[in-house]
Amino acid sequence: MKEYVMGNGAIALGALKAGVNVVCGYPGTPSSEIIETISKYPHEGLHLEWSVNEKAALEVAAAAAYSGARALVTMKQVGLNVASDPLMSLAYVGVEGGMVIVSADDPGPISSQTEQDSRRFAEFARIPVFDPCSPEDAFEMIQDAFAYSEKYKTPVIFRPTTRVCHGYATIDAADSYTPKVFDGFKKDAGRFVIFPRLSYKNHGIIEDRNVHIGEDFSLYKYNSSDGASSSKAVLAGGISYMYAKEFLKDHPETKLIRIATAFPFPESFMLKELDGVDELICLEELSPYLEEQVLKLAGKHKLSVKVFGKLTSHVPHMGENSADGISKILKSFLGTDDELVPERKDIPALPARPPVLCAGCPHRASFYAVKKAMAGKKTYYCGDIGCYTLGNAMPLDMVDTCLCMGAGVTMAQGFSHIDKEGKAFAFIGDSTFFASGITGVVNAVFNEADITVCILDNSTTAMTGHQPHPGTGKNMMGHDAGAISIPKILEGIGLKKVVTVDPLNLDKAIHTVKECADLPGVKAIIFKSPCIAIEKSSTKCMVTDACINCRKCILETGCPALNDVGGNVKIDASLCTGCTLCMQVCPKEAIGGGCVD
Amino acid sequence: MTKDILITGVGGQGTVLASKIIAASAMTEGNTVHSAETIGMAQRGGPVTSHVRIGDTAYSPLIPLGKADVILGFEPSEVVRNINYLSPEGLAVVNTTAVKPVTESLSRSGYDGSEMIEYLKKNVRCVFVDGDRECRKLGSAKFLNIILLGVACGSGELGISKETMLEETGKRVPAKFREANIKAFLAGFEIGEQVFNIPPRDL
Ligand SMILES: Cc1ncc(C[n+]2csc(CCOP(=O)(O)OP(=O)(O)O)c2C)c(N)n1
Repeated sequence: MKEYVMGNGAIALGALKAGVNVVCGYPGTPSSEIIETISKYPHEGLHLEWSVNEKAALEVAAAAAYSGARALVTMKQVGLNVASDPLMSLAYVGVEGGMVIVSADDPGPISSQTEQDSRRFAEFARIPVFDPCSPEDAFEMIQDAFAYSEKYKTPVIFRPTTRVCHGYATIDAADSYTPKVFDGFKKDAGRFVIFPRLSYKNHGIIEDRNVHIGEDFSLYKYNSSDGASSSKAVLAGGISYMYAKEFLKDHPETKLIRIATAFPFPESFMLKELDGVDELICLEELSPYLEEQVLKLAGKHKLSVKVFGKLTSHVPHMGENSADGISKILKSFLGTDDELVPERKDIPALPARPPVLCAGCPHRASFYAVKKAMAGKKTYYCGDIGCYTLGNAMPLDMVDTCLCMGAGVTMAQGFSHIDKEGKAFAFIGDSTFFASGITGVVNAVFNEADITVCILDNSTTAMTGHQPHPGTGKNMMGHDAGAISIPKILEGIGLKKVVTVDPLNLDKAIHTVKECADLPGVKAIIFKSPCIAIEKSSTKCMVTDACINCRKCILETGCPALNDVGGNVKIDASLCTGCTLCMQVCPKEAIGGGCVD
Repeated sequence: MTKDILITGVGGQGTVLASKIIAASAMTEGNTVHSAETIGMAQRGGPVTSHVRIGDTAYSPLIPLGKADVILGFEPSEVVRNINYLSPEGLAVVNTTAVKPVTESLSRSGYDGSEMIEYLKKNVRCVFVDGDRECRKLGSAKFLNIILLGVACGSGELGISKETMLEETGKRVPAKFREANIKAFLAGFEIGEQVFNIPPRDL
């Protein structure tokens, strides 16, 4: 059945076609739609979950794979950092059923903290990696990834990038899905219990095996080349291969080599392809991985080929490649006379449209309450990852640090230990709290930090597209597992002060913050109010005649529903959610609320 | 057929539905189609683009600069932001109704779209559509995307027939709004037909 799907949909449908039994993951752009697609095809014998974080996901999947089942784990590239502990060990132990870890890379970065390269992780863990270049290709390749994983009894990494994940194409999906029939776990302590002796033994076996896989990959159909044999050739991987193909359609005389399995590197294939090549340019995103492999190969075999790429400054290290960027590089490398399209000049200055917290976002009110309560005091505002990172923007300006998921809670502790004067706050979203905040709070109590933990509980994982999490209780099997209570967790850890407050009740919220900040030790405030995208309100605020146009509402909240129209404050009814923050900020009681849409 | 169509606007304007209808229509007429949406940090009010590539030899998921046959522009400054994608002979369908940045009340850029429209008039082959007015005639701002689709189709430059597009539009809008959307499409189509009067521009 032909289906027009997003790359992530193609990965999902490919995995289903491969008979996957267990699918786990944690949301993260650009990977989230894989699990969301799979959830549309529930069937007997398939377990699907949003796990609490990537480490949990990988471990759940590993047990399934030990049992002979096929398991898929999905995450964004930084998720692999979180899952790296089980991954490194699992690489030594291996699996029985096929296990594919999708780690979606994000050159740019477009919506990530880092420009890391998951191919490096595969090499570090000594496990194979597959690098699709299009949705069509991803659909086929994910099925191959399961087959190779099972053949060599090793987990494998599947590494798409944003443009593959979010591109749409037509694939030939199956009409129905039958999960793999597997034997079940066979106890074997010598195989599944990792000990130094086991790791020592398997280390040798794995290195020998990888040589073998490299040979196998030399015959893999997606490691390919087109074009005649030319003395100047192009090597590309991932989406860069498509960009090169786009340019080279007018230059069929140039050889274009594609490597789809970066590790173990298909040496024999590459050696054959390099025959007669004097100059090679390597096109890839993120790190010069293929380039370094070719240099190694050239050293090993004393080849005279000149290798160009990131290491010779012919290809940029940072950001994503593009059809145009690659065209420029290839035009200069090949010395062709293609006309590059002239850029239009004299383009007028464009309005900036920076990302901001939505109108009515409860995070705005939470930040505003803390800001008001702590005005004039020395403070440390440790932010975290989620929509609420946007609390950094003016006029709120309430994020001093942001590092990685969960770091806000622990970094606040660091500040509290080295500066007894300042008041340290951590801001953490509900999904992030479950993913990696809880251990940080335990650390704070155990090591006697003096911090206020602000949990911004909007009852969803908003940033990545509103996935459910343990605090909502709804799981991906369609069941209500019962919401796990954040206050009870905190009380269980031993916090003496845990308060839940509605951030949209400004006076009460400010009072709560003051009260907590003054207490010694670890305190928590749960700012509870649902994300405006999941709970639509039908009320709006309105500016009345009492308005003196002082613009305090605009200047202090920065809410995008508030406009300055020729010096008069106006509320955009299409954006306003009736949160009433502006009403509470107004010094003249000039904003009315509660008008029904 | 090979055609590259770039759809651009701000989050919340309905660009994604427009791109889906174009892609589906081109496929119905037997073409290979690839498309790409900007998603991720993109949010309500942020710039959004969809690239629809029709044809067997479109390898890059994004249209290369200078290759778009049509820009379907939901907002004047977003058309200008992407103008380097348009081929020298290409056509821009431009909604003249500006959308101020959501940060306007703080940044006070004074943006109202007029400078963009002036620039486009001078430099690009365009069909302008007063989206605000057309929507008012139809009774709702929700029809903007379908009106613009109609304009693009009416211009003849999508290379897709009116019948196919009407049918694919009908499939993708709620049943109770089907009639109204067909009306919106046809209103746009009439505006688009006038493009035959617009001479190609020397650049
Ligand atoms: C290790 C890691 N995994 C996943 C992500 C992707 N990600 C970004 S924000 C976020 C969670 C946001 O949810 P929440 O904490 O509830 O805040 P909200 O966006 O709802 O305000 C996730 C999973 C990431 N940045 N890092």
